[in-house]
Amino acid sequence: MKTIVLMGDPNVGKSVLFSRLTGVDVISSNYPGTTVDFTRGRASSHGDTFDVIDAPGAYSLTPTNKAEEVAVSLLDRADVIVNVVDATSLERCLPLTIELIERRQPVVVALNMWDEAEHLGISINVHELEGLLKVPVVPTVAITGEGVRALVQRLGDVPISDRPGSKNRDEVWSEVGRIVRRVQAIEHRHHTFRNRLADATVKPGAGLVTAAAALFALFWLVRVVGEVLVHRVLEPLFELYRVPVMRLSEWLGPGFLHDVLVGRLIDGTVDFVQSLGILTTGLFMPFGMVLPYVVAFYFALGLLEDSGYLPRLATVTDTFFHRIGLHGHGIVPVLLGLGCKVPGVLSARALETRKQRFIAITLVGIAIPCTAYTAMVFGVLGRYGMRYLLLFYGTLGVVFIVLGLLLNRLSREETPELFLDIPPYRRPSLLAVAKKTWMRVRWFLSDALPLLFVGVVVASLLDAIGLTHALARYAAPFMKMWFDLPGEAAPALLSGLLRKEMAVGMLVPLSLSPAQLTIGITVFALFPCVATFGVMAKELGAKDMLKAVAIMILTATAAGGILRLVLVGM
Amino acid sequence: METTKHLIAQLREGKLATVVALQGGHLFQERLRSLGVKEGKILLMVAKHPFAGPLVVEVDGRQITLGRKMAQRILVKPQAP
Repeated sequence: MKTIVLMGDPNVGKSVLFSRLTGVDVISSNYPGTTVDFTRGRASSHGDTFDVIDAPGAYSLTPTNKAEEVAVSLLDRADVIVNVVDATSLERCLPLTIELIERRQPVVVALNMWDEAEHLGISINVHELEGLLKVPVVPTVAITGEGVRALVQRLGDVPISDRPGSKNRDEVWSEVGRIVRRVQAIEHRHHTFRNRLADATVKPGAGLVTAAAALFALFWLVRVVGEVLVHRVLEPLFELYRVPVMRLSEWLGPGFLHDVLVGRLIDGTVDFVQSLGILTTGLFMPFGMVLPYVVAFYFALGLLEDSGYLPRLATVTDTFFHRIGLHGHGIVPVLLGLGCKVPGVLSARALETRKQRFIAITLVGIAIPCTAYTAMVFGVLGRYGMRYLLLFYGTLGVVFIVLGLLLNRLSREETPELFLDIPPYRRPSLLAVAKKTWMRVRWFLSDALPLLFVGVVVASLLDAIGLTHALARYAAPFMKMWFDLPGEAAPALLSGLLRKEMAVGMLVPLSLSPAQLTIGITVFALFPCVATFGVMAKELGAKDMLKAVAIMILTATAAGGILRLVLVGM
Repeated sequence: METTKHLIAQLREGKLATVVALQGGHLFQERLRSLGVKEGKILLMVAKHPFAGPLVVEVDGRQITLGRKMAQRILVKPQAP
C-alpha cells in the first residue's frame, strides 16, 4: 500500500485536508522516542488504498524543534509527499516546497485556502507555478472539499521533478522571490474592518476582555452540549439499565457482594449517584455524568483551536504567565487540564525548561478542576446558587495564582520568551473538529477511564472490609477541627482520594451545610485523581513528585483552613 | 528624517517600518525569515503588551508574537508618517 505524507507549514489547513482525505478509521500515534504525536488514516480512490500520515507542521527541513524533526523523519516513509501550501502566504510556504522537491521524492502541491486567496485579491497562476516547480499543483479548499478529488486523482503516478537544485539557503530564498514575482499578483490589500476587529484580540486591553468572553463562551457551550447529552441520551439509557441491575440486586440478596457490586439501595431502588456500587455509581459516574461533559469539552475546545484563537490567547496571557514562571504557551496545559488533567499534564512536555514543566504540571495537578469534577460540582453545589460555585472557582483561582507566584520564586532559572505564529481567524471545519473530538474521547476512554475505574474498585473493596472507616476514626478529629467537617465525612474524604468523582456524591447524604460542602469539595479538588497522580509521577520523576505531593498537601490544608475561617469562623 | 537603524521596541502601535537587518543566532534568524520577517519587508506594529510583555508585528498580512528581547534583534527603519 502506498503511503502519503502530508507536509506543510503549521496552520495551512493540513489537518482539515487530512480529515477530508481519510475515513473514520483514524489513529493518533506517538513517534517512537519522542513526545510528538502524528495522525494516520486510510484514503481510497479508484480501488487504490493509501495510508495517509498527517505530519506535524514544519517550516523547513532543517529542524528547529522536536515536532519538525519528526515531520522530517516521517518523509522517509512517503511514497508520495503532498505539500500543503497556504495560497494566501505563498512566499512563506515555498521554501519548504523547494526543499521537498529537492529531496527527489514525488511531490504534489496542494494550493490550499484557494478561496481565501481569491477573497484577499491574490491570484496565482497555477500553470506557471507547475512549470517552474515541475511538480503537479492542485488548488484546494480543504474546508469545503473543493479540489480534493482532483488532488487524489493526481496521486497515482507522480513524476519526480527534474528541477536543478539550489546550493544554499540564500539561493532558496532568492529562488522563492523569483517564483513569487512570476506567478503571483496581488491587488492592493485593505486593512478591513474585519482585520481591525481581529487585531483587537491581540491587544492588551481589548484582548483580555475577548479572552474572558471566549473562555466564558467555551464553558457555556460545554454546559449546553453536556446537558443535552446527559438528559437526552445517557439518563434514558441508564433508566433502561436499572431493570437488570435491580434483578441482580434481588438475586444477590444483602451481603458483601451486594455492597461491592450494587451498593446501598435508597428508597428500595438503585440511586445511580448515591448507591456507590461498582455496577451502579461506578458505571454511572464515568459514563452518565463525566463522559458527556468530556465529549462536550473536547468539541468546544476543538472549535476554539481550529478558529485560530489559541495563539492570540497565548499572546494576551503571556505577561501574566511570565509572573508565574511560564510563558503564554502555559495556557495549553491549563486549557487541556480543564478537560482532563492527564493530557493537561502530558502537554507540559512541550514547554522548554524543567522549571516550566514542574510549575505547569504542579499547577494543573492541583488547581485546575477537570470536566469530570466540574460536572460533579455543578450537580452538587449548583443547587445552592451561584455564590458557592463562585467561592469554589474563586478559591481555585487564588490558589493557582498564589501557588504560581511562589513556585516561580523557587528557581531563578529564566523562562524563555514567547515566539508564535498567529494564523488568520478561520471558520472551523465541523468535520475536522468532530474527528479530533472523537480521537480525544477515544483516548480518554482507553487511557484515563480504566484507571479511574480501578480506583473505584479498590475504594469499594477497602470500604467493604472496613479499612476506610478504621482510618477515618484517626482523621476525623483533625477534619472537624481544621475544616469543620463532621466525622462522617472522613471516610468520604479518604476514599475520595481513590475515586474523586464519586467522593463528591458521597458528601451528599451527610446533610452538610452548603458552607461545609464547599469546603469539602474544594479540598477534594486540590488532589488529583488516580490517573493524574500516575502521569504526574511519570512525568516529574520521584524527587519532583515528592515535592509536588508535599505542595499538594500543604496547599489543600491551607486553602481548606482559610476557606473554613471565611465561611464558618473560628 | 530618520536615517539610522532603530530598535523595534521604539516603534509605536499602528506604525510602519522597514526591516533593515536581523541579528541573533542563525536558527533564530532562519525562523524569523520563514515567518516572513526578512530584510526589506514592511513591518506593522500591531500590539505592544505592557510590563515588558510581548510584541505583535505584522508582515505581508501575517502576524507573529515575539518577546521583547527577541524583537530587539530586528532592526528597523521607521517610515515617515
